[in-house]
Amino acid sequence: MKIRSVSYIAVLLALLFFAGVSSAAESIRIGALFSVTGPPSFLGEPERNTAQMVVDEINKAGGIKGRPLELVVYDTSGDPTKAVQLATKLIKDDKVVAIIGPSTTGETMAVKPVTEKEQIPLISCAAGSKITDPVNPWTFKTAQNDTLAVARIFEYLQKRKLDKVAILSVSDGFGASGREQLKGQASKYGITLVVDDTFGPKDTDMTAQLTKIRGSEAQAIICWGTNPGPAVVAKNVRQLGIKLPLFMSHGVSSKKFIELAGEAAEGIILPSGRVIVADLLPASDAQKKSLMAYVQNYKHHYNVEGDHFGGHAWDAVMLLKKALEQGADTPASIRDQLEKISGFAGIGGVFGFSPTDHAGLTKDAFVLVEIKNRDWVLVD
Amino acid sequence: MDFSQQISQYILSGLATGAIYALIGLGFAIIYNSTGIINFAQGEFVMLGGMFGVYFHTVHNFNLAVALLLAILFAAVSGVLFERLAIRPLRRATPLGLVIITIGGSILVRGLAMLVWGKDTHALPTFSGDEPLSLAGATLLPQHMWIFALTVLLIVLSKLFFQFTITGKALRACAVNQRAAGLVGIDVRRMVMFSFLLASGMGALAGIIIAPLTMTSYDVGIMLGLKGFCAAIIGGMSNGLGTVLGGLILGVLEALGAGLISSGYKDAVTFIILLLILFLRPQGLFSRGESERV
Amino acid sequence: MRRELIKFALFAAVVLTVPAVVKGGYLLNVLVFVGINTMLAVALNLLLGFAGQISLGQAAFYGLGAYLSGILTATHGWNPWLALFAAAAAVGLLAFAIGFPILKLKGHYLAMATLGFGIIVYIVFNEYVDVTGGPSGFPGIPGLQIGDLRFDSDLKSYYLIWTTALLIMLLAVNLTRSRIGRALRAIHDSEVAARVLGVNARLLKVQVFACSAVISCIAGSLYAHTVTFISPSTFGFHFSVELLTMVIIGGLGSIYGSCLGAALLTLLPEFLRTFQDYDIVVYGLLLIVMTMFMPGGLVQGAATVWRLALRLLPAKGRGDA
Repeated sequence: MKIRSVSYIAVLLALLFFAGVSSAAESIRIGALFSVTGPPSFLGEPERNTAQMVVDEINKAGGIKGRPLELVVYDTSGDPTKAVQLATKLIKDDKVVAIIGPSTTGETMAVKPVTEKEQIPLISCAAGSKITDPVNPWTFKTAQNDTLAVARIFEYLQKRKLDKVAILSVSDGFGASGREQLKGQASKYGITLVVDDTFGPKDTDMTAQLTKIRGSEAQAIICWGTNPGPAVVAKNVRQLGIKLPLFMSHGVSSKKFIELAGEAAEGIILPSGRVIVADLLPASDAQKKSLMAYVQNYKHHYNVEGDHFGGHAWDAVMLLKKALEQGADTPASIRDQLEKISGFAGIGGVFGFSPTDHAGLTKDAFVLVEIKNRDWVLVD
Repeated sequence: MDFSQQISQYILSGLATGAIYALIGLGFAIIYNSTGIINFAQGEFVMLGGMFGVYFHTVHNFNLAVALLLAILFAAVSGVLFERLAIRPLRRATPLGLVIITIGGSILVRGLAMLVWGKDTHALPTFSGDEPLSLAGATLLPQHMWIFALTVLLIVLSKLFFQFTITGKALRACAVNQRAAGLVGIDVRRMVMFSFLLASGMGALAGIIIAPLTMTSYDVGIMLGLKGFCAAIIGGMSNGLGTVLGGLILGVLEALGAGLISSGYKDAVTFIILLLILFLRPQGLFSRGESERV
Repeated sequence: MRRELIKFALFAAVVLTVPAVVKGGYLLNVLVFVGINTMLAVALNLLLGFAGQISLGQAAFYGLGAYLSGILTATHGWNPWLALFAAAAAVGLLAFAIGFPILKLKGHYLAMATLGFGIIVYIVFNEYVDVTGGPSGFPGIPGLQIGDLRFDSDLKSYYLIWTTALLIMLLAVNLTRSRIGRALRAIHDSEVAARVLGVNARLLKVQVFACSAVISCIAGSLYAHTVTFISPSTFGFHFSVELLTMVIIGGLGSIYGSCLGAALLTLLPEFLRTFQDYDIVVYGLLLIVMTMFMPGGLVQGAATVWRLALRLLPAKGRGDA
């Protein structure tokens, strides 16, 4: 038994050794870091699937200028340390020309110094606005800034003269970043935050926080988080008989949320990328073509509907493709070409980068949707 | 909305959460008392209960009651398997070895659950509707009533079991002194196995009755297990009322902490309480001290 | 003692020549982290392997080192070295203070108390957003430098980290060979007996606890200055368990074993990457199987296998004749 395990290790060692040696001749290598496992796997899994799907498609269609793409994906399991190590691996061992991902803001912030030092373009799939603010020459992102999502909700509230708001955010990177934006932008819209509370990502009962909110003079509740916390919040709101309008973030704009919250999801309003309402959009919408293609293709490959998390990876690969089609094939030229892209209608929105804007989206990237009869409806 | 209504909501919500902690804590206590092991994998059986419940109900379309029973059965069998495969083979076990084995076991169970059922969160339908009930100025769901009722029922049953059945008495004897229990003809090994069966079944029940409220996924076991352990510590690792009170106190303190102090630090409050009790009254709040065994 | 020194010198020579063989690239980067994990594993092993006291809160000291260094340098503009020593001193004092009540506990209770401490510290990293940056992390930590020598490449980091790791290992080897080490082992075997023989068990345990915390804290500071970004998820309960696994795999009480355990567990995910989701299962299995069949760890286990093989082979030879 023991001897056998030794031989297993030997085989593994050999595998690792040869994995580093083999390589295709003409292909363009791009790296990807996604947290396919770990707590953010709900982001990383669709992102990996999508990236792989898009790359396969591009290659089936003959590659880019005759050269196939080669995608090297590593799983960071949501750990910034691993993300840094793997970014180094992609750059030094796999010699990629650009990296897409990582999935979360924390990992991206950890990887950013590495890609900057090695001068490799990084197209992050995470939402935190501090990734591209201030602008870092080598870092781009495809996920919509939470700044824009917050603006969408606040505009809506302002229009309806609801100016006393309670916020309830999850205490992880996504929630913390959203909370920062909510607090920062409120005064601009004449909104006061009467309650500012948080809950843990694994918390199972939020009635205490909501009771506090019920006792306050809030006119609306904004909950910022990703599954499953917000579903518990929705259920608790219903349990406590709170009649205030409930807003959620784009972090729950997937069918999974409706499934988890059930009846309690009815009437919730949230900002979302257009992907979940692709079929409701008018044909004139700039993104309609990309959206329908992505949604149908994803369903065809993976039997579930494509969500907007996967969309971030779709956008990242397609933006890279655009840059490569312009003849760029070194990290520096890819970076320069990326910065010149404008009017590209992807999944997350219509991208337009510039030397001062590496996020590339406006608040039109979001639409407000309401949950009605277990489905999405466009608001206004 | 006045302040007293708020307080009563905190207390009632806290009691409901606390009842769950109590059930999980009882599982810890039962195993600890018959074997001297703190089963760090206890939380995973809570997860297994919920996940088996979802599996039987939504994948195989069994009705809820059948799914619940099957889930408890399967989780309990997993508990026994765990004991047979990981605990029993460990002869000359040191406490350290046991801690490590049960931690390893919990990682393994969690990993297997992730491989089999995926990483998604799942919800179960509530047992009897979603219409909120009003109670002393607070609102609860019918599911909370199920939690209270099943917890009380289980506590009464276990009390009867430990007091009046031969097996229950044998388990208690093992708790006092394993070797002596063995000498008077009690099959200690079977009792150990039995305690794992009971504990994992109880954990699974806790897991399945909260799944409609809190949802379940492969990784819910860690935090619930830790909270259950805190409950057991507060209660002094007793098989009965002490642990139940411990769980309820913990739940209420948590809800009050989240509502009145800071929701972000409410888990910190839990663990500070745990540390204080371990430092000041390691025998728990409700039992008398015991001399140190060498 | 001399044999011990020769062994150490050989080991150090191997470690310091590795970069010549590896020649940069990703593997060297991973080896830097092996160095950091070695310090942490040795620190835990002092406590667990020699004094027999379990700790599931090591990640907290590691994190405190990283955060204190990060905050003092990036926010308050301290010199990184000064910050490193200040952090180590502060964490040492903290560990000394909580060591007295915590180490009164035994076995499972001790495991749970240290675990609770770890979780509290983790929650503070997560929630004290104004100071720690909260869950989104703490960027912009400056790198270390001595005079004009900036530790900004993997190769330089490798030498910095491993020199420190080797010093810590030497210290640990010395410690275990000393009177204190013997007293510790006595506590491990039977605390009561040790006390009867005049060992101040309580003070000694607390001292080792504090020593282990300080080493972890230094490792944390070095981590922060090497990666330049830190976030709470690196210092969670999960990592404490991973450290425990390293020590168990390497063997309780074996300093070189701890290094082996750290190397295996840091490199293992690289091999397991092809299996992706399976690595968590492998961890669990490793913990169980090692504790069951090789409680002495790989180093001792391998020695046993070797001795068995030696005994079996001639026996076979005789059988043939």
